[in-house]
Amino acid sequence: MKPASFRYVAASDVADAVALLTEHGDTAKLLAGGQSLVPMMNLRLSRPGVLIDLNRMPQRNTIAVEDGLLRVGLLVRQKEAEHSPIVLAQIPLLAEAIAEIGHAQIRSRGTLVGSCCHADPAAETPAVLLALDGSVRVQGPQGAREIAASDFFLGYFQTALAPDEVATDLLFPIPAQGTGSAFLEFARRHGDFALVAVAALVHLDAEGAVQGAALSLAGVGPSPLRATGAEQFLIGRRAEPAVLLEAARIAAQGIEPTDDVQASAAYRTQLAQTLVERALLIAASRAAREVA
Amino acid sequence: MQAEDRIRINLTVNGSSVSQQVEARRTLADFLRYDLGLTGTHTGCEQGACGACTVLLDGVAVRSCLIFASQLDGAAVETVEGLANESLHPLQEAFHRHHALQCGYCTPGFLMAAKELLTVNPDPSETEIRQALSGQICRCTGYENIVQAVREAADTLHGAKGRDA
Ligand SMILES: Cc1cc2nc3c(=O)[nH]c(=O)nc-3n(C[C@H](O)[C@H](O)[C@H](O)COP(=O)(O)OP(=O)(O)OC[C@H]3O[C@@H](n4cnc5c(N)ncnc54)[C@H](O)[C@@H]3O)c2cc1C
Ligand code: FES
Ligand code: FES
Repeated sequence: MKPASFRYVAASDVADAVALLTEHGDTAKLLAGGQSLVPMMNLRLSRPGVLIDLNRMPQRNTIAVEDGLLRVGLLVRQKEAEHSPIVLAQIPLLAEAIAEIGHAQIRSRGTLVGSCCHADPAAETPAVLLALDGSVRVQGPQGAREIAASDFFLGYFQTALAPDEVATDLLFPIPAQGTGSAFLEFARRHGDFALVAVAALVHLDAEGAVQGAALSLAGVGPSPLRATGAEQFLIGRRAEPAVLLEAARIAAQGIEPTDDVQASAAYRTQLAQTLVERALLIAASRAAREVA
Repeated sequence: MQAEDRIRINLTVNGSSVSQQVEARRTLADFLRYDLGLTGTHTGCEQGACGACTVLLDGVAVRSCLIFASQLDGAAVETVEGLANESLHPLQEAFHRHHALQCGYCTPGFLMAAKELLTVNPDPSETEIRQALSGQICRCTGYENIVQAVREAADTLHGAKGRDA
């Protein structure tokens, strides 16, 4: 199908985008990579009156390390981050997760910031941002603010962004030395949205005991979730298979997926347990290599 | 700037300059097909899933059904019509030789995605070919011959020895 008529305007910078959002109100939509918005417009599930194109802004495609944070600007495409030497060196978890997003021809346009603003419950980037206790920097008529990932993702396709705000950057804290990570997901076909996706980070001390752990799951609820019970359980324990399996059980007990056309709740719960266990095994062995 | 429902764009398509007024909602796929008569670019799903509409935008393979022509002032677009000159492009030759198409609906998308692959990775492994083409759907061929054709085109284009194709 074809999209309904709209008026088009290219924002010259973030302040201009905020001004245009303020001017056009509810009828306006921001266009980043268009890989979620345009399918919805073509299906007429979304019918913005004014489309504000962010793609013409200069200097918004930066990937940089600042104060222990990896900052990803609003026009950074998924493909750029996937192959960025900075990302691969500092947060390999992010590159691993991005490789699971759709296909190369989608990642060439889709942005990381846009993916977080779209907030699909099965999306990879929000799960990584949440696992790392990252945040979203946004700008509105009143100025800039930072929203923690735990406060940003509110539910199915819902975020804490105000209608007149533009998300300008994602801020990913860089994991400490001695941290291993893994991103795993299962989808029926390669490139499809995950039925369940798991981001795991394990930080080991010199004796091989877990000093810190972070686990987030996507696809098991209205927004990505942290498995805090499992994280707590792991602290101070040795990262042995039986311990990791028990953590995975705890994580699976903590989720309440619903039945849908893709999978039953029971199947998703079982899948979550299996993926958490595997992700923890990989993350722990990578951490052990870091410590050694 | 003012929001407009018709936009003037200047761009190049297969190396030729084009200057046109387009409706804001015109997708690149429809712009190519209806406004420029370049019907080699096909549309299947118009939601990014099938890959039939894949073209190169500034050298990068993208879904032309998910980009508006109104966004493309100053851009360079390459479509399947730009592949052959006097003779077929090595990818087209290889598709022909390997029987890598049957109905041909998906073929323009595969060719453009493969062209990008061989530009960034002149000597891809079979796995890399499959990964690069995973977003292209073909209902006819079963993919095997497509993968072989791309591998052979890589050899022809870059004179490399066949690896695992
Ligand atoms: C075939 C296909 C398969 C896909 N598979 C996956 C997958 O497996 N996993 C996955 O995570 N995604 C997948 N996607 C979606 C893809 O990752 C999108 O790129 C992403 O969800 C949205 O990013 P975008 O830059 O394209 O945003 P757009 O589509 O341009 O925008 C999405 C929404 O976010 C808003 N927005 C965008 N940028 C900003 C900003 N800076 N500030 C405020 N609001 C903003 C827009 O207004 C819109 O509401 C798939 C898409 C397709 C077509
Ligand atoms: S028509 Fe564009 S991806 Fe199917
Ligand atoms: S040749 Fe018919 S769909 Fe690919």
